[in-house]
Amino acid sequence: MSKIKQQVEDALLCVKSGQTILVGGFGLIGAPLTLIDGLTKKDVKELTIVSNNLGESGKGLGILLNQNKIKKGIGSYFTSNRDVGDKYQKGEIQLELLPQGTLAESLRAGGAGLGGYYTTTGVGTNLANGKEERDIDGVTYLFEKAIRGDVALIRAHKADRLGNLVYYKTARNFNPLMATAAKTVIVEVDEIVEPGQLDPEEIVTPHLYIDSIILAQQILTKEGVVAR
Amino acid sequence: MSTQLSKQELQHLIAKRVAKELKGPCTVNLGIGIPTLVAEYLDDDQVYLHTENGLLGVMDVEEDKIDPNLVNAGKLPVGEAIGSSFFNSADSFAMIRGGHVDVAILGALQVDERGIIANWAVPGKNIMGVGGAMDLLVGAKKVIVTMNHTSKDGQSKILKECTYPITSTRSVDMIITELAVFKVEDKQLKLVELMPGASIEEVREKTEANFIE
Repeated sequence: MSKIKQQVEDALLCVKSGQTILVGGFGLIGAPLTLIDGLTKKDVKELTIVSNNLGESGKGLGILLNQNKIKKGIGSYFTSNRDVGDKYQKGEIQLELLPQGTLAESLRAGGAGLGGYYTTTGVGTNLANGKEERDIDGVTYLFEKAIRGDVALIRAHKADRLGNLVYYKTARNFNPLMATAAKTVIVEVDEIVEPGQLDPEEIVTPHLYIDSIILAQQILTKEGVVAR
Repeated sequence: MSTQLSKQELQHLIAKRVAKELKGPCTVNLGIGIPTLVAEYLDDDQVYLHTENGLLGVMDVEEDKIDPNLVNAGKLPVGEAIGSSFFNSADSFAMIRGGHVDVAILGALQVDERGIIANWAVPGKNIMGVGGAMDLLVGAKKVIVTMNHTSKDGQSKILKECTYPITSTRSVDMIITELAVFKVEDKQLKLVELMPGASIEEVREKTEANFIE
């Protein structure tokens, strides 16, 4: 069966209320804007969103936030969207703040089938509260749990029909990690090519991780987010 | 004299001084704010700039070549130098946490007299963002902090003890403000240089922390 979906709604059929959704991107850069737009039109709620940021005010995941569809955000830098603070003050959203490297490594661990790992990042800070500490060879480490999602929504530059992916510049960021760490992975791309047209040496995400592919209809330009 | 310069000029003064510390070959991560300005003063082509969102080989970009998908950690547009590479966030932080980045230049809200910094949260406000600050502090071989010496209301930001939540238990190696350069040795601040126009009296007056002169 082809992984390519013509309609965003079809690609998002697997998304249900209450799920944990991994969403790629560093702010809007490398965010799956078409799939996020699809989520804003879908009747879902109580989502846990794992993403470095919750978009910007009224943009990207920021729209989903303003629709009150997000129960909890797990990320490293919510400051980029002032609406997150307002919602948090009103008790309308739960937040779990992680160091950016911990967010990335927890996703990597999740994708690799690990339960978690020990890191020195965060030791002795408020973000270590409630986390197990362990001495390894005289150094204090903190235990961090792996992160896995029900669905990952990611952005790549090109896909072949099998789902092999290549990325574009700093739009890569969390996307290849999230591709490995969810039960169902949906990617939006600028271009879909035939198998063989991507150099095997350049493929960053091999196709076994990918379930559905759509063409991006919302893209980030110098002027902001525009329809393609 | 330094107080006659604008805030922006003072920031550039600090950035220029930081650049003198960077001798290649080395890999350097520049934080948001004053650290970003350091790039303008680098003249060693073996100082390689790393940005944690996934690029080694950051350089300036001309206005007409701006690419919205090519940015630094502050989401500002950058260019890619010859010999640069892109990588995912886990690889990027493995470089940082694994001790492969030589120098991190970070901003700070406060620093204490042992060189421990607070730069991610303010008490009484929502704790909303940490980014890569904690990772850089545990992982970079050397950490240089750039900051204004005092807060907007004139309070010293170099304190006996941080009143804001700390970012790491690791002491930074150097602190550069518009007034002075301190090195941290054996968990003590040592004044090593006065910045142009600054006097020792002014530094004493505006520094709450104990330091060795």
